Amino acid sequence: MGLALLLVILKTLALRTGDEHYNRAARFWAKIFGINFALGVVTGIPMEFQFGTNWAEFSKAAGGVIGQTLAMEGVFSFFLESSFLGLFLYGEKRLGRIGHWWAAFLVFLGSWMSGYLIVATDAWMQHPTGYRINAAGGIELASYWQLILNPWALWQYAHNMLGAVQTACFVMAAVGAFYLLVKRDLPYGRTFVRLGVIVGVIAAILQLVPTGDFQGKMVAQNQPAALAAMEGLFVSQEGAPLAVIGQPDVEKRQLDNPMEVPRMLSLLTYKHWSAHVQGLDAFPANQWPDKIELLYYSYHVMVGLGTIFIVVMALSVFLLWRNKLYESRWMLWILMLSVPLPYIANTAGWMTAELGRQPWLIYGLLRTIHGASPRVGAGNAWFTLLGFMGMYTVLSILWLFLVYREIERGPEPENAQPAGETAPAAD
Amino acid sequence: METIWFVLVAVMVAMYVLLDGFDLGAGAIHFLVARTNEERRQVIATIGPVWDGNEVWLLAAGGTLYFAFPTLYASGFSGFYLPLMIVLWLLILRGTSVEFRNHIQSPIWIPLWDFIFSVSSLLLAVFFGAALGNVVRGVPLDASGYFFEPLWTNFRLGEHTGILDWFTILVGVQALLALMMHGGLWVQLKTRGAVSERAGELAGKAWWGVLVMTAVVTGATFVIQPQVIANFHTWPAGYVLPLLAVAGFAAVKFELHRKNERNAFLASCTYFLGMLTSVVFGVYPMVLPARNPAFNLTVQNAKAGAYGLKIGLIWWVIGMALATVYFVYVYRSFAGKVAETPDTPGHGD
Repeated sequence: MGLALLLVILKTLALRTGDEHYNRAARFWAKIFGINFALGVVTGIPMEFQFGTNWAEFSKAAGGVIGQTLAMEGVFSFFLESSFLGLFLYGEKRLGRIGHWWAAFLVFLGSWMSGYLIVATDAWMQHPTGYRINAAGGIELASYWQLILNPWALWQYAHNMLGAVQTACFVMAAVGAFYLLVKRDLPYGRTFVRLGVIVGVIAAILQLVPTGDFQGKMVAQNQPAALAAMEGLFVSQEGAPLAVIGQPDVEKRQLDNPMEVPRMLSLLTYKHWSAHVQGLDAFPANQWPDKIELLYYSYHVMVGLGTIFIVVMALSVFLLWRNKLYESRWMLWILMLSVPLPYIANTAGWMTAELGRQPWLIYGLLRTIHGASPRVGAGNAWFTLLGFMGMYTVLSILWLFLVYREIERGPEPENAQPAGETAPAAD
Repeated sequence: METIWFVLVAVMVAMYVLLDGFDLGAGAIHFLVARTNEERRQVIATIGPVWDGNEVWLLAAGGTLYFAFPTLYASGFSGFYLPLMIVLWLLILRGTSVEFRNHIQSPIWIPLWDFIFSVSSLLLAVFFGAALGNVVRGVPLDASGYFFEPLWTNFRLGEHTGILDWFTILVGVQALLALMMHGGLWVQLKTRGAVSERAGELAGKAWWGVLVMTAVVTGATFVIQPQVIANFHTWPAGYVLPLLAVAGFAAVKFELHRKNERNAFLASCTYFLGMLTSVVFGVYPMVLPARNPAFNLTVQNAKAGAYGLKIGLIWWVIGMALATVYFVYVYRSFAGKVAETPDTPGHGD
């Protein structure tokens, strides 16, 4: 999704400046986008199936509500994306300059809509809105707009998309840095680094303020036990400190080796130095998230990396502004080596959201333990889980291999003819 | 309202079978119609830009089923757990092979993906057929509204059925043959020269197999699922659906003979449409028949809340109208036969 945005930016630059360089750059990234998209499609299908196969009780209870957003994703986003991706990848000459820009834009639109609808689904599980309990005890939709415009979804979406954009920016900047460091494809290297860090610094800052901030307030308001566990706050207090580092000891209900900023948690959460923050002791243990340690670390990894991203991107933009970035090899090294970090941060962020929601599958309505398929035995679940692990390992290796290969081959040479029409042959 | 959604989901599933059907069929006959690397590239090129969009019909149909009949989605998907997981693995392998085959021009890379592509397509055709067979035959639902079917038990139609028994295997074979015919007609339409000729010939041969299997499976269905005959008896207008299938099927042979490639493919689409609508008509109002009729899932007891179904109709119509526009546009953009040689040297990686 992040790369889709960057592709639209490249195509827009090509259109505005008339410089074929940006079109060639876009064609290079389109190849990588194609590889990612193919793997995204094939690994995305199981996710829809798994609502029914593995979470039958949950689906039976809530399908009438979240089925809306999932079906809309198929009908509005997937058709749009898949139709125009083919045209975007194979139809550049046929469509002309403007038409090809539109194809890129519609792929972007489809993937970003898809992002919203799937986040809205998750947001409903985090913070159910627009539903009612019917006479039979089932959950049914009561207000379409309250489901679609769930305030949780709006912030979670913004936060999630900025994570996607940052990932794409770091990857683009890293590839650019790689070219500059090994002194090949220099014009492309400069374009990739420039675009990556300029968009990247904006996304990195917005990730923290306002989206991260508001997302945190949502959690504080609606899932206070999750917030306490994320922050490792075992004891309710006024003027609660913010733990930067420390290891939660759930048994003893304390944070070992803490490095804390006094009163900071109260300030950040409630805008007041001595505000009262509920610790885990304010909640009965059966309301606590199941994996407090993992939740705590996921959250801290996400926030820690997010902070590092702001520093790296801001420093890069500063050097860019002073015209020193392309020669600052130390900074290019940092950009190149940072490439796995946004993937880790995104994963940690999702783990924070989903572990924080525990022990609920639908917050306050359905426990996770009551959502699974009653007839699917552990033996069959393990069989398929192992199968997916094996399959996804192979796909990951393939992905690394093919993407590395494209980066190694690099973009078209600058003096190449404008790319010929590519046959509808698979690329 | 629930009947409208029953029809709409059926239409989406039928669209999936028509569209993804030809690319599954193309995969199943991949090695039969294409002998060289270059010929195989052509077969894959006929589906390259469209297979992903075709598969979206499965996802969109699944999503629509989920929100309109959540109880069915929960019960059916968890009951068909193992075959669905295998279908997912096959879909993953197949999608990967279509997309990655041409990335590296190497004598070990290409044949490997060709093989995976063909085998996964072939198995998917059989599994989808067997799945349809399971729905027609009925599944061991009990009072809880759930069931779990192992892949096979004793291959008989008793109380403890498996996914595969003699009936569902027959439907699987029918599906494979029919999709081979369908895929053959597609490849014939979209290619030139030897590949096109072989594909047309193969479709003609498969036609005879489909003829026999359709007769056998239809006969068996009447015995196994009495609802089918009852429905046609109650609403005789329904006979138009099987007639459509027969007409389409006859037209396939006729148009093959006349060498009208486009019409032959469209006739095959008509056959599929007629067959699928006949089945759907035959099991209505059940959405998933149980071996014990007391536990049938029907449009009534599986549907979602009335408000959701009503509001869904609004966005569904808008969304599907848009999707139809995209599809027409894409298929027009990639109209015509694929080239016998790659256009640009060096392309395809």
